[in-house]
Amino acid sequence: MPTLAHYLLVSGLLFSLGLAGVLLRRNILIIFMGLELMLNAANLSLVAFSRFNLLPNGLPNYNAQVLVFFIITVAAAEVAVGLAIIVALFRAKQTTHVEDLNTLKF
Amino acid sequence: MQLALFWIFSILMLAFALGVVFLRNPVSSAMSLVMTFVALAAVFVTLDAFFIAVVQVLVYAGAVMVLFLFIIMLLDLRAEKHRKVRPSAWLGGGLVVGGFMAAISQVIAGWSALHHTKPELSDPSFNDVAGVGFTLFRDFNLPFQIIGVLLLVATVGVVLLSRKELK
Repeated sequence: MPTLAHYLLVSGLLFSLGLAGVLLRRNILIIFMGLELMLNAANLSLVAFSRFNLLPNGLPNYNAQVLVFFIITVAAAEVAVGLAIIVALFRAKQTTHVEDLNTLKF
Repeated sequence: MQLALFWIFSILMLAFALGVVFLRNPVSSAMSLVMTFVALAAVFVTLDAFFIAVVQVLVYAGAVMVLFLFIIMLLDLRAEKHRKVRPSAWLGGGLVVGGFMAAISQVIAGWSALHHTKPELSDPSFNDVAGVGFTLFRDFNLPFQIIGVLLLVATVGVVLLSRKELK
């Protein structure tokens, strides 16, 4: 049977991959996908904690699952707004490469 | 059996997540991300979180990824040209990610409370959706309403942002 440590390790690996995507890639859409990976890693830890720490009545702690539900909702809204900003950016600059966006650079 | 399923779907998930980070074509990255989300939903099922698994497939693998693919095709992105790789960026990124992973594995290895297996549910046939629904509407009713307003605000914001000329 998998233990809580297994789930937390997988969640940490998924988070590191998302972080690597944000740090190493230069395409703004891929950076955005890295952000989604990190959000999902956090969700995995929350659901694992909810299942492994049962309430006194022997059922999972559903507060954590409701928090995951809220995170998914906010992430959906965030993706919509973020992609709209990326489209506006592309209209203005004709690029999605972050190194070409250096107007604010001193 | 459970352990085997857990490893199969975790390794699948991590392999596709690697694909998201290291594939050159944005469309391949997005398709890998879809598979990552589906595998993650399967991992949620091994945790008896059926409702969250279904929502994950519906919202992430369905709605969010359709939006991503739509934007990739709208912007007509090609596979990235090979640009000069900056070794400092790779060194910094590798250092941050490696340090983070080392810290996490050390904490997990040194904390004995994390190494017990799943406790048995008192009622294995309990309706998972009912549990989430009761908690959501009884204990978290106000945040639920606020999240509805947030979605409305996001919709209005997106419409405003995607108009032809930004004032």
